[in-house]
Amino acid sequence: MTALPTRSLEAWRYTDLRPLDAMSFAEAPAAPLPDDLPDIGVPRLVFVNGRFDAAASSTLMFAHGFATVTEESDLPLALINAQHAQDGLTLEIPAGVDAGVVLLISYANGGALHPRHRISLGAGATLTLLEVIKGEGVYWHNPVTDIVLAQGARLAHYRLQNESREAFHLATIRAAAAADAAYESFTAVMGAKLSRAEFHVELTGAKAHTHLNAAQLLGGSQHGDFTSVVRHKAPDCSSRQTVKSVLSDAARGVFQGRIEVDRVAQKTDGYQMSQALLLSPAAEMDIKPELQIFADDVKCSHGATIGALDEEQVFYLRSRGIPEDTARAMLIRAFLTEALEPVTHAGAHALFEAAIETWWTGK
Amino acid sequence: MLEIKNLSARIGDKEILRGVNLIVPDGEIHAIMGPNGAGKSTLSYVLSGREGYEVTGGEAIYNGQDILALAPEARAAAGMFLAFQYPVELPGVGNANFLRTALNAVRRARGEAELDAVAFLKLARAALKNLSMQDDMLKRNVNVGFSGGEKKRNEVLQMALLRPGLAILDETDSGLDIDALKIVAEGVNALRSPVFSALVITHYQRLLDYIVPDRVHVLAAGKIVRSGGPELALELEARGYAGLEAA
Ligand SMILES: Nc1ncnc2c1ncn2[C@@H]1O[C@H](COP(=O)(O)OP(=O)(O)OP(=O)(O)O)[C@@H](O)[C@H]1O
Ligand SMILES: [Mg+2]
Repeated sequence: MTALPTRSLEAWRYTDLRPLDAMSFAEAPAAPLPDDLPDIGVPRLVFVNGRFDAAASSTLMFAHGFATVTEESDLPLALINAQHAQDGLTLEIPAGVDAGVVLLISYANGGALHPRHRISLGAGATLTLLEVIKGEGVYWHNPVTDIVLAQGARLAHYRLQNESREAFHLATIRAAAAADAAYESFTAVMGAKLSRAEFHVELTGAKAHTHLNAAQLLGGSQHGDFTSVVRHKAPDCSSRQTVKSVLSDAARGVFQGRIEVDRVAQKTDGYQMSQALLLSPAAEMDIKPELQIFADDVKCSHGATIGALDEEQVFYLRSRGIPEDTARAMLIRAFLTEALEPVTHAGAHALFEAAIETWWTGK
Repeated sequence: MLEIKNLSARIGDKEILRGVNLIVPDGEIHAIMGPNGAGKSTLSYVLSGREGYEVTGGEAIYNGQDILALAPEARAAAGMFLAFQYPVELPGVGNANFLRTALNAVRRARGEAELDAVAFLKLARAALKNLSMQDDMLKRNVNVGFSGGEKKRNEVLQMALLRPGLAILDETDSGLDIDALKIVAEGVNALRSPVFSALVITHYQRLLDYIVPDRVHVLAAGKIVRSGGPELALELEARGYAGLEAA
C-alpha cells in the first residue's frame, strides 16, 4: 500500500494522519441498515461499508456497475483508494437529460472503505446529487469521486458528512467542467474524529463556473480539514468559495484554498472567503489561501476572518426576550447563510437546516 | 411601577451611575434629559441587563420584582423593552424571523400561545402599516443597510409587537425627520394605558411636544439632579444644563 501522506508534505501541513496510521481495520461486521436514513422523496442509492446495496437502492436507469480503476495522479489517498477500490457508483447522464435529484447514502460501521465514484454528465445534462454520509463506530472512509461535466452541463453536488465521531473520513473529489458547465457544491462537515475533504476543480472550457462552499461545524476534539484547488484553464470562468467554520471545545478547523489561473485564462473571476467562529478559547483554525496567477487580466480576491460571536448582537436578541441559547443558535445560523447559498433544492436545504439545528442542540 | 433606588454602577473602574433615584408609576411617561456622557444610555443598559456593568449599589424594582437579578430575556418576558440608541445590525438574520422568534419567546414566557407564520404576518403587516413602513422591511436582514431613521422605526415596530409594560426609549427621536418623529410618537402614544409606562431619553424638547411626559428628569454626572413637569424641558431648551451639575 502507498504510504499515508505526512506533515512534511506542504499539502498536509495542518492535518496529521499518524492516528490513522496507527490503526488496523478489521473487516466490517455485517451492518443492518439503520432505519433513520433520510428520505426526501427522490431515488436513492445506498452504499454499506463501501459496497453497493442493491436491495436498499432504487433502480436508476443512469446508474451502472463498478469498473476497475487506474489512478493517474500522485495524490497519496487517491492512489491508496485505487489499490483497494472494489465498488463505487457510476452515474452517466446522457446529453440533454435532466436527471433530477439523486440521494447517495453511505453508511459504515467498520473496516477500511475505498469506494470509487464516477459521475459524468453529457452536454447540457443536469443532476442534483445529495450525499448523506453516516456511520457508527470506528472505520476509515476514503472515497474518491471523479466528476466530468461536458459543455453546458450542470451538477449540483451537496454533501452532508456526518460520519461517526470515532471514524476517519478522507474524501477526494475531482471535477472537470467544460465550456459553460457548472459545478455547484456545498459540503457540511460535521462528523468524524478526523476528516479532510479535498476538492480539485478544473475549469477547462470558457465560461465554466464553480461554487465550492462548505460549512464545518466541529466540537470536542474533532479535526476538520477543507482543502481546495481550483484551476482556471480557460478564459471567462468564475469560481466562488465561501467556507465557514464554527468550532467549539477543542475542535480544530483547517481551510487550504488555492486558486490557479493559467496564462490563457483571461477575465478569470475568482473569489474565496474563509470565516471562522471560535466558540471556545481552546478551538483553533488554520487558514492558508494561495493565489497562483499567470494571466494578466483577472479579478481574484480572497479574505479570511477568525472571530467570536458578537456579544452586542447576542444582547440585542436577548433584550427582545429570546433565550441566550436560541440567540446564539440564530447568530450561528446567520453566520452560515452565505455558505448554504448553492443549496437551491428545498428538500436538501431542509436536511441541512435540520442537521445544523441538531448539531447546536446536541452540544 | 418602576422604582430605582440609589442605583450605582461602573464600567471597569469608571464610576458612571452615582446613586440614581427615580420612580415611574404605572400609566406615566417620564422623560430623561441630560448632557452627553451623563450616563443615560448606561442607565438604560443596566436596567436591561447588558453585560460589562458592575452594579455597585442600590436596586431596581419593576412590578415588585428585583430586575437586576434577572437575565435580559427574563426582563423582556417581565414586560421591559429597550429601544436602543444605536440599534444593532444582524447580518444573515431576517427581520420577520427575528420578530416572530422574539414575539413567540415573549408569548411563551408569559404563558400565551405562540403565533404561526400566518397569524404573525397578519399582525406584523398591521403594525408596519401603523408606522408607515414598507412590507419589504420584513424580508431584509435586521437593521442591515437600514437608514438611521429606518433603524429607529424598526425599534418602534418591535415595541409595537412585543407590547411591553415598560418601555425605555434611548434617543429614539435622534436622526428622525419631522414626519417620522410624529409616527414614532404615535407608536408610543398608542401603547399608553394604565398599565404602560415609559422612560423617554431625549435631547430635544421637540419630541415632548408629541409625547407629553408626566415628569421630566435631568440626569447629570450619574445622578438625577432635577425633576419637574413638562415645563422643565422648555426651560432646559432655553437655558441649557449650565449650573445643574452642582444642584
Ligand atoms: N464601555 C465603556 N467603557 C468605558 N467608558 C464607557 C463605556 N461606555 C460608556 N462609557 C462612559 O460612560 C459615560 C456615560 O455614557 P453614556 O453612554 O451612558 O452617556 P449618555 O448620557 O447616554 O450620553 P449621550 O447623550 O451622548 O448618548 C461616558 O463618559 C462614556 O464615555
Ligand atoms: Mg446615550
